[in-house]
Amino acid sequence: MSVQTPPTPLSGAGAATPMQQRVEGTLPRWAPTAVFAGAAVAAALLSGFNIALFVIYTVVLGTLAVYVVSRVREGRRRAADRTVTSIVTSAFGIAMVPLVALIWEVVSRGAERLDAEFFTASLYGIIGEGGGAYHALMGTLIITGLTTLISVPIGLMTAIYLVEYAQGRLKRAITFFVDVMTGIPSIVAGLFAYALFVLIFGPGIRLGIMGAVALSVLMIPVVVRSAEEVLKLVPLELREASYALGVPKWRTITKVVIPTAIAGIGTGVTLAIARVIGETAPLLITVGITNATNFDPFDGRMATLPVYAYYQLTQPGVPPEFAIDRAWTAALLLIMLVMGLNVVARLISRFFAPKTGR
Amino acid sequence: MTATRTPSDQSTSKPPRRPGDRIFASTARGAGILILVILAGVTAFLLYEALPALTAPAEEIPGDEGLVSYIAPLLFGTLLSATIALVVATPLAVAIALFITHYAPRRMALWLGYVVDLLAAIPSIVYGFWGITWLAPKLVPFYRWLEENLGFIPLFAGPTSATGRTMFTVGLVLAIMILPIISAISREVFLQVPTLHKEAALALGATRWEMIKMAVIPYGKSGIIGGSMLGLGRALGETMAVAIILSVSGGITFNLISSGNPSTIAANVALEFPESTGIDVNTLIASGLALFLITLGVNMLARWIVNRRADFSGAN
Repeated sequence: MSVQTPPTPLSGAGAATPMQQRVEGTLPRWAPTAVFAGAAVAAALLSGFNIALFVIYTVVLGTLAVYVVSRVREGRRRAADRTVTSIVTSAFGIAMVPLVALIWEVVSRGAERLDAEFFTASLYGIIGEGGGAYHALMGTLIITGLTTLISVPIGLMTAIYLVEYAQGRLKRAITFFVDVMTGIPSIVAGLFAYALFVLIFGPGIRLGIMGAVALSVLMIPVVVRSAEEVLKLVPLELREASYALGVPKWRTITKVVIPTAIAGIGTGVTLAIARVIGETAPLLITVGITNATNFDPFDGRMATLPVYAYYQLTQPGVPPEFAIDRAWTAALLLIMLVMGLNVVARLISRFFAPKTGR
Repeated sequence: MTATRTPSDQSTSKPPRRPGDRIFASTARGAGILILVILAGVTAFLLYEALPALTAPAEEIPGDEGLVSYIAPLLFGTLLSATIALVVATPLAVAIALFITHYAPRRMALWLGYVVDLLAAIPSIVYGFWGITWLAPKLVPFYRWLEENLGFIPLFAGPTSATGRTMFTVGLVLAIMILPIISAISREVFLQVPTLHKEAALALGATRWEMIKMAVIPYGKSGIIGGSMLGLGRALGETMAVAIILSVSGGITFNLISSGNPSTIAANVALEFPESTGIDVNTLIASGLALFLITLGVNMLARWIVNRRADFSGAN
């Protein structure tokens, strides 16, 4: 509920006509924008086109200028109000700088090797030019698929338990610890998977399934939270109607509650996959890296896209430029995967939303 | 919390218990308990694998001076980078949340929220790539300026790193990464502020800023604190961005812009683990256990603060 009120309380709440805006003693609406444009020009001259200094100068100069102009024309209180408006707006602008710069950098550097060979060749026997990330892409898909297979049943059943069955202390405990689990650092999840498997297979073990276990620790709480939210939204009347027809509770849940909430569950699961598909640290220490293609998650090291990108950038070999190009393309592919999954999630929630006539 | 009745409160319309019901209910219950078992398992297995390092004589630990002096600089680096991130990100995130909830045109607000959330969708390794190639070199002139003009403060004593791969750069990248978390939670509590409180302030002639200062900030304070602590938890455990960007050498120092920086626990594990064997692995797991306990504490405190807020939000 954002209340949209012009910063000039004297001209009334929300119903200011253009005439009232120009009352003596208030600045025209375009004034702050104009002042900031001036500040940006001055900052560009002062900073010599260094981006960090440019941003700082623009914000500081612009805010100061807005304050001074408003202080002279409108008085102390409105000057403070305008200053805060400038600061808050610039804060949003500042946050956009890294986003735009990052996407630009990754796209422009990664587009170079985004060719057919990148998707069809592995790194087996490749020194220098050429090669691709086929093995890493397949590894990422296999491990993420396994993670989903482990996490979704556990996460979904936990959410069902929390919404439909649980009461009292156990419910509070599970809710609380699911929240806490969302905060586990990804590297700790990796160490956990290693510590678990090392007891069975001995030291130095690296398996695809270990990566899936590590990622599951990160994915389960996300699935639980999102599934819990949508299950709560299923109207109680639907359950009651089903009970009234003599349907057992578990049939009610599987035939009425879950189908009603399936769009939301799908969205939640997709977003959870997007969260883990870019994880690097746990895979780095549990799955390792290899140059050959390995489809068997129960036998030896596998390559995954994030770990592949990491090693191509940090250990490019000689000459380095080919590996570094591959690293950027892998990073671009990762971003495309994550963003694609986010878009798919929104589409699911838009097109498969329940038609309950609420 | 608009739903006053949750389905589990319904005891009156219970259908008869059948075998299918019992099996389904106990499977669901088992899944819930499994979560608690996993969390306990994380602690237990880490502890078990860390034990050899905890009991080993000092000279077997890397660095030859025992576990405490191995972990201390890493712990310091972890806390320092997370603190920088928190100091930079919190005001920015609160301002962004205010912009989206109270300043941006309402029709755009939803989309602006999505755009900020995009920052959270970018994998941490990509932040590392971007930080080392784009951000770090661009910050070097700024660090030079800091060294020349504010060099008397120990934080900016220099000498300036030529690559920009400093603790300060890492702090800034971490700040960008935790920005969406803090601003998402702040946004949520700002939207819960009772409209009547805001309208009352405006009706008394308050400007928009005065309204925010009187009605929105006091109401949303615990949300801001809880959100920034969740962000802190994320910053403490962040691995790949730090491992790629930070140039590591030397021990504990407050100098943020030089090339000698302590590593962080998470980054150190990522860098050392693939090449380690024997007791070194146990040492790394011990440091991971320390990180786990710290983030666990921070997150539990954060959740407690946020949840306490939720109990009161029945006001609207």
